Amino acid sequence: MRARVLVKPKAGILDPQAQAVERALPALGFTGVRNVHVGRLIELDVEDPGRLPEMCQRLLTNPLIEDYEIVEDAES
Amino acid sequence: MKFGVIRFPGSCDEVDAQLACQRVGEAVILWHGDRDLQGVDAVVVPGGFSYGDYLRVGAIARFAPVMEEVARFARAGGIVLGICNGFQVLCEAGLLPGALLPNTSLKFIFRQVQLEVVSAASPFTGACAAGDRLSIPVKHTTGRFYAPADQLDALEANDQVLLRYAAGHNPNGSLRDIAGVCNEARNVFGLMPHPEHAVDPFTGPTGGLPIFESIRAHVAEHALV
Repeated sequence: MRARVLVKPKAGILDPQAQAVERALPALGFTGVRNVHVGRLIELDVEDPGRLPEMCQRLLTNPLIEDYEIVEDAES
Repeated sequence: MKFGVIRFPGSCDEVDAQLACQRVGEAVILWHGDRDLQGVDAVVVPGGFSYGDYLRVGAIARFAPVMEEVARFARAGGIVLGICNGFQVLCEAGLLPGALLPNTSLKFIFRQVQLEVVSAASPFTGACAAGDRLSIPVKHTTGRFYAPADQLDALEANDQVLLRYAAGHNPNGSLRDIAGVCNEARNVFGLMPHPEHAVDPFTGPTGGLPIFESIRAHVAEHALV
């Protein structure tokens, strides 16, 4: 099973990287952009997708500072 | 007394840490792949870029064989000091509360900062008095201390914040100017500034020395004879 883990900073935590992106876009003429979050994408082939949440909790993310979403690729 | 300083692949401050420890006692280097703490009285987890800081700072190092022993040592009440990357590793290992996030400036910072001793009631600050100023350098990209507000309140209520950046000296956006915190049992301490780089008058202020002297005095006082 191919899966993707999308990781982003927890809501409410200051994300200066996202702020920089949000400031840079209008400078290029891309207006009307709000609520930018910059995170990380982890792709992996996994035999037992049921273990993905535990992998996320214990290594792939730090639950204190990051939220994650597991997206399983149905075609794989 | 005998300190053990851990060397991970990617550590870079372990020799300075060893030299700083040697000003107050013996100090040996402990290899990350070993499980033997060699009977040390205190462990220092030094600065650097353990395991390349892959994934997140400190995230991989916490699984090193030696860290299992450090966790056991800490749970048994052993003295553990984490400096910079060592602080990040101890947070990831769950031995210290909170986490370290990228500096608000998103830049690597390298400068001397003034720290204020918030609490002298610890093995790491016992040689100081609350309110003392320590001049110690910082050098990091990921040093913004974060914990949820209720956890910050608890840290302050329990007197676990041992060091703060003095007014105007918070270099990284750490919440409540926190520079160093200890665990609830007060035997594990982590800080972003580098006391091991501030022990020799030849190279600048010696604000880091009281940290090592405090540990030595604590261990001497509690030694089983």
